[in-house]
Amino acid sequence: MVDVALRDLGEYVEAALLDAVQDVRMDYDELCLVVDRDRIARVLKFLRDDVNCQFKQLMDVCGVDYPEREERFEVVYNLLSLSQNRRIRVKVTASPETPVPTVTEVFSSADWWERETWDMYGIFFRDHPDLRRILTDYGFQGHPLRKDFPLTGYVEVRYDDDQKRVVYEPVKLPQDFRSFDFLSPWEGIQEQLPGDEKAKEQP
Amino acid sequence: MGIIQTSELPPAGREAELLRDHDKLWSRVSGELDDKGFLLTQFDKLVSWARSGSMWPMTFGLACCAVEMMHAYVSRYDLDRFGVVPRPSPRQADVIIVAGTLTNKMAPAFRRVYDQMAEPRYVISMGSCANGGGYYHYSYSVVRGCDRVVPVDIYVPGCPPTAEALVYGVLQLQKKIRRTGTLIR
Repeated sequence: MVDVALRDLGEYVEAALLDAVQDVRMDYDELCLVVDRDRIARVLKFLRDDVNCQFKQLMDVCGVDYPEREERFEVVYNLLSLSQNRRIRVKVTASPETPVPTVTEVFSSADWWERETWDMYGIFFRDHPDLRRILTDYGFQGHPLRKDFPLTGYVEVRYDDDQKRVVYEPVKLPQDFRSFDFLSPWEGIQEQLPGDEKAKEQP
Repeated sequence: MGIIQTSELPPAGREAELLRDHDKLWSRVSGELDDKGFLLTQFDKLVSWARSGSMWPMTFGLACCAVEMMHAYVSRYDLDRFGVVPRPSPRQADVIIVAGTLTNKMAPAFRRVYDQMAEPRYVISMGSCANGGGYYHYSYSVVRGCDRVVPVDIYVPGCPPTAEALVYGVLQLQKKIRRTGTLIR
């Protein structure tokens, strides 16, 4: 069942922000807006302040990496309206070369999430007050949640008894990463299990 | 009238043996004290007895294992009765319990805390992550076992180990201290 009120809200927002909204979708009964990257701050400000929206809380900012796309990244903003008991998802596309405008002016809570997104994906946020790494090690190289970043990274640490300090060295793995057979029912559940191909066919 | 008082039944088996040994030891101790007013023992044994009786661990909870460590400290398992009292300062601690995932970012800080502890110092590695990286063994940000950073005395397996398992690990460390019984490590 599709939430009619939510769909109406989507149409309302699209009409109000005609020049900024590129797409309005209902995915899995959740409202999702794809908006113009340079107008993201204005869109979020509208969603926060408009009397019919009142999405006063920014729950999360995160990135997604789609290496096959031309603009490989997406930045996703999840908003919550407590008074309307509704959620909305706003997406913009980005690439390593195109900075996304910061939304810290609209939601101050976006500060650390944008830092995290920068840390994990290398998406640059323009005019951010303090865009540093937040989670990874001091002096860390690379952006670990990019699909082309190797799982085990490039360096590992150990204590060196001669230098009396913890030193960084290139990764040496005595045992390779085990590649799991996700088709096996014992190791991973697929949407369709082997042998179930005809389960939904009419007899 | 054919009823045997259970308390008068002699204890059987290995338990009885231990009880008898224990009684024998204490009667010898009290006899010695009554007779001479002092006890003679080897100094290193006395020292390791004292050490194993008051192992103060540095609180070093890094992840979910810390919750099990807290359970071991409080009333149900009550590590206090073994003289194990958590300390917030490495200067006051004899043992450090590495409870959780040791990340690359934390490793230098952890080593520094370990270096600040006074000798003799011991390390208990608690849980899969501290033992060998565990679930995060192939991660870019996790140390593949805290024995890469400090020398470990006792490994407690589990993910996370139960509070009981940690208590067992502490008792194993007590045994180890008593068995080695050296003054300088």
